[in-house]
Amino acid sequence: MGGRKKTLLGMAALMLLTAPLAAQSWAAEGPGTVELGSLANYYSAVTFDHAMHTGVAASCAECHHHTTGLAPTDPNCARCHKAGDKANSVACKSCHSDKRFSAEDLAKIEGNPQLHHKGKLGLKGAYHQKCLGCHTAMGGPTGCQDCHTRNDKGDAIFHSGKYAPAPGASDGHGGGH
Amino acid sequence: MKKLNRRSFLKGGLAGGAAIAAVGTSKQALAGTHNFGGYPDSMGVLVDLTKCVGCRTCEAACNKEQNLPEPDKSFDDPSVFEERREGGLPRRTTEKAYTVVQKYDVPGREHPLFRKVQCNHCNEPACLTSCFVNAYKKTPEGAVIYDKTVCVGCRTCMVACPFYIPAYSYSSPTNPVIKKCIMCYDTRLKFGRPPACVEACPQEVMTFGKRKDLLKLAHQRISDKPDAYVDHVYGENEVGGTAWMYLSDVPFDKIGYDTHLGTQPIISYVKEFLGMVPMVLTIWPALFTGFHLLSNRKDAAKNEENKS
Ligand code: SF4
Ligand code: SF4
Ligand code: SF4
Repeated sequence: MGGRKKTLLGMAALMLLTAPLAAQSWAAEGPGTVELGSLANYYSAVTFDHAMHTGVAASCAECHHHTTGLAPTDPNCARCHKAGDKANSVACKSCHSDKRFSAEDLAKIEGNPQLHHKGKLGLKGAYHQKCLGCHTAMGGPTGCQDCHTRNDKGDAIFHSGKYAPAPGASDGHGGGH
Repeated sequence: MKKLNRRSFLKGGLAGGAAIAAVGTSKQALAGTHNFGGYPDSMGVLVDLTKCVGCRTCEAACNKEQNLPEPDKSFDDPSVFEERREGGLPRRTTEKAYTVVQKYDVPGREHPLFRKVQCNHCNEPACLTSCFVNAYKKTPEGAVIYDKTVCVGCRTCMVACPFYIPAYSYSSPTNPVIKKCIMCYDTRLKFGRPPACVEACPQEVMTFGKRKDLLKLAHQRISDKPDAYVDHVYGENEVGGTAWMYLSDVPFDKIGYDTHLGTQPIISYVKEFLGMVPMVLTIWPALFTGFHLLSNRKDAAKNEENKS
């Protein structure tokens, strides 16, 4: 099941780079490929083929929720954010924090009375849910390493590859029961 | 361990205990002494099962954060999902794994459902109230932690926990202790940071925040997408409420959750069970001495055999 993370990161990268697109000419103006690497830790960056995805997506809003100057399509966001306000950027990162789990971000979320902000996904979750959600529905690749290769640090935490437990080292029970 | 026995054990214990220990202890007095009601600003985790993809990154992150021993299989090995223990049940938490992801093939659901299991950090934890040496503590942040230097390894909490969470460490025969998820209290929660598994999850299946906010959020998610969820936040009321709560698109009883626990904390059985504690404290030393003598006698007999 190694490949899922990758997929999501790839999509995220795509989103980061597509901010200046106009609604009508998005396919022409979008970037060809995007390197999604700001969150890379246990996996390599995702090289996201934006051009290919613009060809299969029915509209920009499928991934971006909105295009520049237009209101977001997500009803949660549209409650307050109308065209021309926060929706000015289409970069994922402008709404989905890449430090969602830092003490600072958590304090900010705690201090915000809006319930939907408390439930708003961070950048990692936004990437993965968007990419994997669509890939699952459309039959795209869903393995973690289909989109990003796990690195040595990743192999270590997963106890995989050269860090795999020796076969037969245990009876297969965790003990305790 | 069969399904019924923890609660029925406690209830039975209660009945038996009541007979023996009804001696002058009124229920009210016990309730007053052992009221752990939830802390108002405690933290919690809302787990949206509809988003989990079964990647087990959470298990890997927990293993690292809690310095747990090497797993039997790699964390990317999906064969663990097919492992079955007694009674055909999927794997559960162990002394080596404070969290495990289970897979359920639900008829009519297009994809399998994955479910992450760990301690639910009950508002009124049965493990805590059942522990007669007071090894457990519910912190104001919401975590249920324990002091391993106090634990005597009697395993009463294993029996008391309605979710079958505490595991018993056999690997250290000299100091056998209970082991379980502590909501990353020592390394994260007490510094205001979310648990390692929450942070590691690529899908952000888990939302960390004040329990009372998470409850509102959970109900809003259900009302926003009534077709995507069953109308039940598991852990809102079960056994008096838990810090970890769950949203699902499949009825909870179809995916291994006990939906017959009721809304009363197990503590209320245990409270009465606790009526037995003075008796337990009185008779246990005698019991242990008995066991000790018995095993010594066995050893002595063995030695005799060996000699002859
Ligand atoms: S890391 Fe998240 S998505 Fe992966 S198995 Fe754990 S809870 Fe599910
Ligand atoms: S789930 Fe079990 S171990 Fe965890 S706090 Fe509740 S009773 Fe205790
Ligand atoms: S909260 Fe911490 S100890 Fe508990 S399962 Fe998650 S990582 Fe492990």
